[in-house]
Amino acid sequence: MPQTFAEKVLSRKAGVAELSAGQIVEITPDVALSHDNTAPIYGIFQKMGAERVFDPEMHAIFLDHAAPAPTTKHAENHRLIREFVRQQGIPHFFEVGRGICHQVLVEEGLALPGEIVLGSDSHTPHAGSMGAFGAGIGRSEMASIWAIGSLWLRVPESIKIVVHGHLAEGVSAKDLALYVIGENGADAALYQSVEWHGEAIEALDISQRAVLPNMMAEMGAKNSYVPADEKTFAYLEGRAKRACEPVDPDEGARYARILEYDAAQIQPMIACPHTVDNVQPLSKLRGTRIHQAFLGTCTNGRLEDLAAAAAILEGKQIAKGVRMIVIPASSDVYLEALKAGYLETFVRAGAVIESPGCGPCMGNHMGVPAIDEVTISSANRNFRGRMGTKESEIYLASPAVVAASAVAGEISHPKDIN
Amino acid sequence: MSKESIIRGRVWKYGDDVNTDVIFPGKYTYTVSDPKEMPQYALEDLDPRFVKDMQPNDIIVAGTNWGCGSSREQAVTCLKESGLGAIVAKSIARIYYRNCINAALPALICPQAVEAIEDGESIEIDLQGGTIRCAGGEFSFPPLPEAVMKIFDAGGLVPYTRQQLERMKTSS
Repeated sequence: MPQTFAEKVLSRKAGVAELSAGQIVEITPDVALSHDNTAPIYGIFQKMGAERVFDPEMHAIFLDHAAPAPTTKHAENHRLIREFVRQQGIPHFFEVGRGICHQVLVEEGLALPGEIVLGSDSHTPHAGSMGAFGAGIGRSEMASIWAIGSLWLRVPESIKIVVHGHLAEGVSAKDLALYVIGENGADAALYQSVEWHGEAIEALDISQRAVLPNMMAEMGAKNSYVPADEKTFAYLEGRAKRACEPVDPDEGARYARILEYDAAQIQPMIACPHTVDNVQPLSKLRGTRIHQAFLGTCTNGRLEDLAAAAAILEGKQIAKGVRMIVIPASSDVYLEALKAGYLETFVRAGAVIESPGCGPCMGNHMGVPAIDEVTISSANRNFRGRMGTKESEIYLASPAVVAASAVAGEISHPKDIN
Repeated sequence: MSKESIIRGRVWKYGDDVNTDVIFPGKYTYTVSDPKEMPQYALEDLDPRFVKDMQPNDIIVAGTNWGCGSSREQAVTCLKESGLGAIVAKSIARIYYRNCINAALPALICPQAVEAIEDGESIEIDLQGGTIRCAGGEFSFPPLPEAVMKIFDAGGLVPYTRQQLERMKTSS
């Protein structure tokens, strides 16, 4: 029987010939991802009576959510995690400043085609941009994997998204993701696997592809997948930590739904407060006053995102009364942006550059808004209170639109400011 | 799984998109931490009769997307601790579904049964056999797989993992 990506990858991993949607299997993931929540998970792990982790190699642990530590409490949490890592002999540990878990997992060659990444973070589907199966799980579930090495998973039904043609100049994968979420709603992919296919997806670079699975968490998806191709393998050359075997869906696999879009029809989109599916074309929001522009996160904090913003900010100044926060998603991105001169462009334009990590995305530190302030952000969530106070608004957009809006002081298209 | 394979109970029937905020209100998430205290707030903002009249082994029958919204585990714990027998729904939000299984609360997807079942009637679920019997007929759902049954038998994921670990220790 022809299988979807999810059916096929889970079948192979479980050693069961023909799994189909709805079945439940025990899976030993290739990667168990955790971040600043590693310490509370360790607490549950101990409650289970466990002492040693099942396989230290399986772990990938990142200090990114509040890093460097903003308070003593956060610092103590980091200290506990470092102790845990040392005691258990975990090799894949990434310190403060290395960057955001999802981005660094890809850079380190730990998110590999055909592999399974389970993470105690809702944006773990991100790993699907490399042709992996990435899914978010709860803390107790992560503790159980650490202890016994496996977890039950239900084989999800799949949605196939086919994007024909090519995105127009100035339209990015972020606009495509927001468009699809706006059209289908926040629960459209509940418990399902979302596959991305078509010419427009093949044309995207690795950095842009990452946006799509990352944002599918906001449509309820369990995982999301972009087929690994020559670009993926070229990126992994010299990076991949081990040999891998890619998995492609079969011709004729059964999908719960097939959605087709024409890339050329998509224009710059914005998710308005306070849900990610409250999406409008930018043209309807021009002129909305902003106080803060935030460029960064696992969704849009990569080199290409910084390049798009720098091209707009070159020789310009951020509007009076507006501040712009730039956070490279990783130390690799930071270094490359430094060499390329983007960071200089940002500083000259009046932006603030912070160290790699999640920053203010979930309201921890490094640029949270004041009451009644409006932020335009390149992140993936705009829920009420997400950035710290319920009394503020978040608009989500592409890096280019975030930069153009910072210059104009109001929601703007890059063309508006030239 | 043997002794609890058959569940007989009265039905509390609800609609679509019932979110975790009305199953266990957010205002209690940081003030009520003892699982034993949670049942008194179950479905508080959806159906105040539930806490008053609910009997152990009663069954919630719901439409689509039961348990959507926040991932809070208390929205499962409050029902588990109240002695609820099972949840039968057209669909269940992903994290809620996982939380049910990890808390050893049977969560079954059976849209045809949901259509047929009336509020307040008594129904019978055979977990092992994979059937739901009600006045409107008999419906089958795929039997819960071995892996999930084992978690039920252990009483949830934390005790299950503890047992697994002990087994691994004694066999090594």
